[in-house]
Amino acid sequence: MFRRLPSTAPRVEIFVDGRAITARSGDTVAAALLADGQNWTREAANAGTRRGPYCLIGHCHECLVEIDGQPGQHACLVTVRDGMRVVRTRRMEDGT
Amino acid sequence: MNRTCSLAVIGAGPAGMAAARAARDAGADVTVIDDNAAAGGQAYRDLQANAASRPGAMTVLGDDYGQGRALLERFQSCGATIMTGAGVWSVEPGGTVHVVDHAGVGQVQARRVIIAAGAMERPVPIPGWTLPGVITLGAAQTVLKSPGLVPDGRTVIAGCGPLLYLAAMQLLDAGADIAAILDTTRPGHRRAALAHLPGTLLNAAPLRKGLKWRRALKRSGVPFIPDAYGIRAHGTEALETVVYGTGGQHQTVAADTLLLHAGIVPSHHLAALAGCRLQWDGMQAAWHTVADDWGATTVDTIGVAGDCAAIGGAELAVQSGRLAGLDAAYRLGFLDRAARDRAGSSVLRMIRRQRPLRRFLDSYFRPPDEFLMPPDDDTIVCRCEDVTAGAVRQAAALGAPGPNQTKAFTRAGMGPCQGRMCAATVAHLIAEVQNRPVSGIDPLRARPPLKPLTVGQMAASAE
Repeated sequence: MFRRLPSTAPRVEIFVDGRAITARSGDTVAAALLADGQNWTREAANAGTRRGPYCLIGHCHECLVEIDGQPGQHACLVTVRDGMRVVRTRRMEDGT
Repeated sequence: MNRTCSLAVIGAGPAGMAAARAARDAGADVTVIDDNAAAGGQAYRDLQANAASRPGAMTVLGDDYGQGRALLERFQSCGATIMTGAGVWSVEPGGTVHVVDHAGVGQVQARRVIIAAGAMERPVPIPGWTLPGVITLGAAQTVLKSPGLVPDGRTVIAGCGPLLYLAAMQLLDAGADIAAILDTTRPGHRRAALAHLPGTLLNAAPLRKGLKWRRALKRSGVPFIPDAYGIRAHGTEALETVVYGTGGQHQTVAADTLLLHAGIVPSHHLAALAGCRLQWDGMQAAWHTVADDWGATTVDTIGVAGDCAAIGGAELAVQSGRLAGLDAAYRLGFLDRAARDRAGSSVLRMIRRQRPLRRFLDSYFRPPDEFLMPPDDDTIVCRCEDVTAGAVRQAAALGAPGPNQTKAFTRAGMGPCQGRMCAATVAHLIAEVQNRPVSGIDPLRARPPLKPLTVGQMAASAE
């Protein structure tokens, strides 16, 4: 996946699908996921296969996740806050 | 967050910062809106944070990056209101800019709007490009700038463009394990570009820089495969291998990360939404926003600046931003026409001098046809709705005249990205099937909201 260059940014804890991961202050949610070895953010509506961030600058919309209860947030644009709760986008049973 | 102002500038990258400052200096009150956490755009992403606390990053990212500091400082002290972390989901021709941030929705009402939304990387729809582990080269550069992430494990870079050599060098310097660079620059395109070479000699520094990066890459010992073709990504849950052709042979290389690149294209969606006319640029193989030298579009109240109008790179974006800012000040009554022309004349000359170089680069690094029109029918074209090239070809064969019609047939372009990833590919496929030029195909219409909103937010914005 990705590894971090040396950083002095303070550690921040966020929860991804209920599991705590350590991020750094200043990370976008997508960067925090990638640095934690998580390469996916949603399940494709039709195929059901996992998708990860592609462009990381807000265009591809592959990284839309729920953040603190708010759906449809760009993981690549939102910066982490301590205690933030991130829920990745799951495919519904009916394929929507 | 509702406010009114003379000028709203969308985007705080090189063009938006320069536009805001030029209009402020003439006395206009300016509000700048950007969806990133800090100003700088992609070119100078998180520059100030890096300069303050990560000297190692500054070394890796190089001098051109560091040079954005003066621009940022002048922007921040110019007196414009700066809204960061705020996305724009619609722009109306009357000057209403609809904004959404973590606190909710709001509106900025301006007498004039400059859209400086920058560029995005051209999507590279190869087989397997939807697998986790396949991202754009620019995406890797983005997280290298901030917060300082480097691909871990075997990394393959594939595609073409001047950015490819620069980003590859930066990643190498940052310690990435680059297993191969698959350069898809086509010999025919290189030859065709020679016609544009004489004009570039007036402005040869960028060319020398590019050649230097390319030589350094070749000396680095990284396997460098020229004239690569037939790039495919394979894997079950995520990327495992990259297959490519070279000299009539197919090769397979194990990879954890594949970084794709085929140049950058204008992010024209907000301008299109506001009603500005788009035009197909055959050299860049992309739509650009129709605008005059000052960035004035076909909509009276709306200007464009920088890469979102037509690709020119960060330095040119600053110049075009300055012109759009001066023009806004003139149209808003803060400058008379003569003062605008005086202030802009040297900038216009500078921009004209740079045009031949752009033509040369567009021609030299033109993406191979396999990136523009995926030959394999199974390749996914629309990532949001999982629509394949074959499905689009079928709709085209039934007579769909453009992406607006194939959208109804296939759902391509109907998802949250609103065709940002697929519209140009769909247009190319229609042109291929119907044997006509892409320039005659209408672009996909953009619809509000351009960013996902909840129904509650929609209702709140209508109140």
